[in-house]
Parts: sequence; C-alpha cells; structure tokens
Amino acid sequence: MGKATEMNDKTDRTDQAIDSGRREFIGVAAGVGAAMVAPGVILHAVAATPRSQPVSSDVRWGLLVDTAKCADGCSACVEACNEENGLNLQTKPERESDLKWDAQKSVWIRKVKLQDNQTGRITNLPMMCQHCEHPPCVDVCPTGASFKRADGIVMVDRHLCIGCRYCMMACPYKARSFIHDELQGQLTAVPRGKGCVESCNLCVHRRDYGEASTACVDACAAEGHHAIVFGDLKDPNSPINQKLRELPSRQIREDLELNTGVRYSGV
Amino acid sequence: MKRIVYREWRIPPQRYWSILGVLAAVVGVGALAFGYMEHQGHWVTGMNNSVVWGTPHVFAVFLIISASGALNIASIGTVFHKPIYKPLGRLSGLLAVALLMGGLLVLVTDLGRPERLIVAMTHYNFSSIFAWNIFLYTGFMAIVIAYLWTMADRQGGPFNRSVGILALVWRLALTTGTGSIFGFIVARQAFDAAILAPMFVAMSFAYGLAVFILVLMFAFDDEGRPIGPRMLRRLKNLLALFVAIVLYFTLIYHLTNLYVAENDALESWLLLKGGIYTFLFWVGWVLIGGLVPLGILYHPQLSQDRRWIAGACALVIVGGLATMYVIIIGSQAFPIQMFPGRTVLESGFFDGVNGQAAPYWPTIPEILLGLGGVGVGLLITVVGVRVLQFLPESLADDVVPIDEETLDESGSAPKPA
Amino acid sequence: MAKALLRASLVAVSLVWVLAAQTVLAAEVKRYVVEGSRAAELDSCVEPTERMRRMHFEFIKHQRISTVHQGIRGTKYSLEGCVDCHISYDAKSQPQPINRSDQFCGACHAYAAVDLNCFDCHASIPNKPDLDAEAQAAHRAAGVDLSAPSDRNGEGH
Repeated sequence: MGKATEMNDKTDRTDQAIDSGRREFIGVAAGVGAAMVAPGVILHAVAATPRSQPVSSDVRWGLLVDTAKCADGCSACVEACNEENGLNLQTKPERESDLKWDAQKSVWIRKVKLQDNQTGRITNLPMMCQHCEHPPCVDVCPTGASFKRADGIVMVDRHLCIGCRYCMMACPYKARSFIHDELQGQLTAVPRGKGCVESCNLCVHRRDYGEASTACVDACAAEGHHAIVFGDLKDPNSPINQKLRELPSRQIREDLELNTGVRYSGV
Repeated sequence: MKRIVYREWRIPPQRYWSILGVLAAVVGVGALAFGYMEHQGHWVTGMNNSVVWGTPHVFAVFLIISASGALNIASIGTVFHKPIYKPLGRLSGLLAVALLMGGLLVLVTDLGRPERLIVAMTHYNFSSIFAWNIFLYTGFMAIVIAYLWTMADRQGGPFNRSVGILALVWRLALTTGTGSIFGFIVARQAFDAAILAPMFVAMSFAYGLAVFILVLMFAFDDEGRPIGPRMLRRLKNLLALFVAIVLYFTLIYHLTNLYVAENDALESWLLLKGGIYTFLFWVGWVLIGGLVPLGILYHPQLSQDRRWIAGACALVIVGGLATMYVIIIGSQAFPIQMFPGRTVLESGFFDGVNGQAAPYWPTIPEILLGLGGVGVGLLITVVGVRVLQFLPESLADDVVPIDEETLDESGSAPKPA
Repeated sequence: MAKALLRASLVAVSLVWVLAAQTVLAAEVKRYVVEGSRAAELDSCVEPTERMRRMHFEFIKHQRISTVHQGIRGTKYSLEGCVDCHISYDAKSQPQPINRSDQFCGACHAYAAVDLNCFDCHASIPNKPDLDAEAQAAHRAAGVDLSAPSDRNGEGH
C-alpha cells in the first residue's frame, strides 16, 4: 500500500514536470535519471518479498529492444531464458530428427536476423511474446486460459489450457510454443508440462517477487550489449520510458493496432 | 405417386456384420492412434510450433462441414417445399449427426489435454469463435435429433417445418462459425478473409451432398432398392451446382489476394512455388475436386451412368480433403510476414528464412486418427439405418413425389388434383 | 411398509459403511506424513490436520487462481509450500519426488485412488536456484546444475 502511494506521488511529480515543458524535462533527464536510481534500489530491496496484493493496472510491463545494440551471433538472451524458465529441461526424444525437434521444441525468445530488401542493411533482434494490449491469443482462447494480467503480462493459465493451439494460430508473432513431449525435473518457479501452450511471460515469477528485470535483460547486460530495457510503460520516469522518449521506436506489425508492450528501435 | 414407406436396412446379416466389422476396425485403429499420440505426446505427429494444426484437423473440419451440408437435403425438402427430396430427409438428418460426431471426436482427441474436456465445457470465453462453436455443434446435434423426430413421428409432424427452419439457420451459422475459425485470424495472410465463411458454406453443400449421394447409392444398391433416374438427375445436378459455387468462391478468394500487392508473395507461393501445396491446390482442389466432377456431371452420356456419378462424388470428396489440406495446413506453412520489405536471413524459430515455408509432413498416427473419425461417422450411420426406419423402400420414378421440374418438362404429366 | 423398512435399513447400512470407511481412511492416512520431512516435526499443517485432509485441494485451487491471475504468492496455501515441507531426503540427502508412491502426496493419493496430476507440470521436489545449502548439495550430488546466475532474492519463503 505504501508502495502504491509512493508511486502515485512520483507520477504526480513527473506529470507536473512534463506539463512545465517536455523539452526542459528531457534536458535534465540525466539528472532525474540519477535521482531515480537511488529510490529504485530502495524500492527493489523493500519489494523483495512475495506479492500479497493483486497486480494492478497501475503498471504495465514492457520491453524496449534497441536493435542497433543487438549483436550478430549473440544468443545470450535466448540461453538465459531457456535456463531461467527450464526450457532446456526438454530434450530431443530418441528416434526424432533434428529438424523436427527444432520445429517442435519450446522457444520463448529467439534471435532473428533480417536484411532489408532494398538497402541490404542487416538487423538483428530478439523476438518474443509482444504482450499486446489487445492480444489476439486471448480473444480466441475457448476456455480463457490465455489471458492478460492486470499489469499487462499476457500468459497462459496452464490449469485451464486444453491444448487446442488456437492461440498459436492467432498469434501474429508466432510467439507461442506447444509442449510436445513429457517433461521431467521442472523448476519450482516455472511449472510446465506436456500438452499445454506457453510463451514468454516477462519472467512473471520475478515480477511477483519484486525483482528489477527479466532473465534476457540481465543476460544482455552481462554481455555488455544493453540492447533490451525492461520497465513499466506507465511510469513516465521508468528507464524504459526515458529511453522511449530518446529513441525512435515502433511496434512489429503496427498495422494490427495491438499496442504491443514490446517495442523495437531501428527496425 | 405412392405413399413413401421407410424400412430398416435389410441386407443379409453376414454382410451387415462384415461391414460393421470393417468400420469397427477402422475406428479401433483410430482409437489406438489416439492413445499413442496422447501417451507419447504430440512429438510423434508431424505437427509442430509452426504448423500447429495438421492432418487430424483436415479430417475434422471436413467431417464437420460435410455434416452441415448433408442436412441440406432435408432442408430443401422441408423448408423449401421440394417434395421430391422429402423421402431423403431422414437419411440426411442421420448422416448430419453421424458425420458431426466423427468430426468432433477427431477434434477432441487431438487436443493436447483431452482429459480436460470438462474444462472446455465449464469455462467459456465468449470472444472466442471456438467457444461459440462448442454451442453450435452441440446445439446442432440436439436440433437435428429433434428434426428427425418431427420427420419420423406422427406427433412431431406439426413441428416439422419450424424445426426444419431452425435447423437450416443453425447449420448455416455452424458452417459460418467453422469458416470464421480461420476467417477471423488476422495473423496469417491466407486466413484473414471474410470470404472464407461463405466459402465454407458452399464447400459444406458440395462435400455433404457428395457424401450423402455415395452413402445413399451404396445402401440402396446393396439391398437392391431402386433409385430412379429422376431422383439421381436431381441430386447430381445439385452437386454440380454446388461444386461450381465452390470454384467461384475459390476464384474470387484468389483474385482478391492477387489484386493486393501485400499478398503477392503468398499467391505466387501458393499458386506456383509451394511444392506439395501448389500441387494439392491445382490437382486436388481445382481439378479433382472441381473441374473433373463438373465435367462428368454435365457430360451428356457419362452423367446418365450412375457409376460415373458415384465416381464424381468420390472425386469431390478427395478434392475436398485436398482443399482442407491447402486451406488449413498450407496457410500455416506460409511464413507470417512480420517484417515487410525485409528478408529473414536467420531465425531460431522458422520465421520463413529466405521465404521458406514451415516444415510439415503428416505422420501415420495422424492419418489413422482422421480416418477413425470417418469410421465413427459411417459406423453410426450403418447402425442407424439398420435399427431404425431411415431409408425409403424405393426411390423409383413412380414412387417419388412429383415436383415442379416434371410439370415443366412434360406438360402432359397428370396434375395432382 | 415392508418396502419402506427395507429401504430404511439399506440406507442405514450404507451410512454405517460410509462412516466406517472414513474412520479407516483417517486411521490409515496418519502414516503418510513421511519421517524425516519438516512436516513430521510439526503438530499440524497450515490448518488443523482434519481440515487439511478434507480441504487441501480447495485451498490449493483457490491459491492457484490468485497466484496465476493476480500474482499473489505470499499466502500459506501454496503448492510450493506443500512440497518444501513434506519432502523427504534419502540417505544420500537427495530429495524424493513427493508424488512417488511411497511419498506423502503419492502414497495417500494412491490409497484413496484419486488421480494426482499437479506434478505433471509442478516441480515434485524443491527445485529452486536459491535453496538452502543442504538441498543444494543434494542437487549437486544428483547432477542437477544449479550454478546458473540468478539475482533472485527472497524467492520461495
């Protein structure tokens, strides 16, 4: 409760700052940023206990990918995600071909390398669930297993998922995977099992324990690339929003008007 | 015109039980395939994270829309007052229920978690076409059973037309709903088209009628009940019309796509460079399922021969399965265009690297599961016609009711007083 | 009259049976808390034992909805809590999967013939990167690599 009040205060302050002049504000962004870091650390320490209040729509989690910083050949984010969420617990069944396994194994985040047809410019970027504000997967799910949490995270309630895979048909980003095989040794934080659909959930277990970022973001930073920024899209002072003000960015398949929570710059 | 008498299917027990045995074996093998897929997990199928719906769905959707189309005959008789079709109404209703049952079973047994079917019946998300379809399918079943009652029971007679109208509207909604499962998917270029819904309605008419004619001819020939040329001519002309409508919708669908630059890549892939999908489109969908049956059904000599008519029906069914394969699987295999104007050079998840289609090849369990659904449909039909009075004793020309066509063709025909 | 009598006596007999079965069940169940688990040292679970026996699935189900949909992780009815407390370790201090037929959940569910599919998806042993030292050693012995970098703090308890 105290946290929420604190957050509101912060928001109010920032709103005033914007009103008084956006340009000025951006001018002093560095200073404000520095001021933000300290409370951020304290917040983190305070919030490192399990969540006891329902998530609210006061926050909306999102990612910003700066493709200029995303390195060719680096797959630190993918490996970190596989590790964090236990995707690497799945192993290729014997008798199965490599190609088929590649097509059937779970992938929550993947690296994509693009070339512009006109200019030949190469772009690298990670693709994952884009956490739409109006997610098609939620619309089509017959049982309501695919849902959007109040804080903007789009995920699957595996208790309700019947494995019909209609959400995978409907996802414009091909972000979802179906678990094709029996699974052993699941992590406590990430329950998963055969016959359900899953996808990136912005490390929801980390969110609920009040941690600062996601596995992919940490891994990218550890590699020194800092290509992915995680944060609250509704907090004008969050690092992700500061960065969004700074860089030109867009959504993938913007024409669908899904208002994605994952934004890309340089695409 | 005589009174229409309905009788149970009275082929010799030996023959009946062997037919039943064969169908039961097909269903049994399908059940084994289901057990295998569920026990092992879906990795034993060809389906993957790119092509998420495979051969079972081809069979399931085919059976479901055929079910809706099979009821067409009953509707024409009851709702549109064409008395010549009335004797066929009962079989039409039975086939509709049976095929739907077969299709639904395939759909359900392919779920990742079929044991949670109860969840699908207790948790609904009404923005999902799928959730709507659960009601459309079960409602259809109930309505058709009521419809059969009004046809067969004297007490039900007065409700016949009103239930018939409800069934007609319901089955149009059902096929529209099934088409919309695909038509409302904005994510994939090949699906995102409202025309898919009416196209599915047209397809349901064609496939349902083809199945109906085949079952009718088989049942009648086996027991030596006569089908007069007049009845057969009506049925085959109707089938030809429906096949032509399907071709028309196909043409419009592709013309629309070809006109829009955005879909050029999709069309050139599907129509020219899509490998198995291109082959199935031209040879299966257009030729076998469209032009060839049309040629046969309108041919002055061949269309008189009932073996050729049966052949045309079989071709429509084969072509229909090819059509479903192209629509359901081909549309998923074509990569989603997430980055227009760019080529994907590398991807960790088959995002159409260099425009490549996603891999999919059907596996034997999938095909057996699908065939099991067909078996269930036919099994229900065979049991139904044996134990209840579904089939008219005769459809000879002097038995079936006079209809408008006859009056127009020969003015000397005796007018009913 | 005779009919009514017969019916009444049938009902009575079946009632007695049901009660007897319950008693037997309760008596048998007592043994399922596995020696050496943390739970064995406690007087009762998060609720009185009788209540847990009859209601634990309701508690877990209720918790599951608030956890998955609302992100609430702090309540006492978590499945993670069940596993943490009822898990037992073998001689080599390796955790024994709780759904195994000789362990707490598995044994009782086998006895009661109730399908147990929580552990199709959920971890049947405490499988967290920040385990206590003893469990970590057990994991290392089992060859499970837990050295993955993680800055998670406060997870789990």
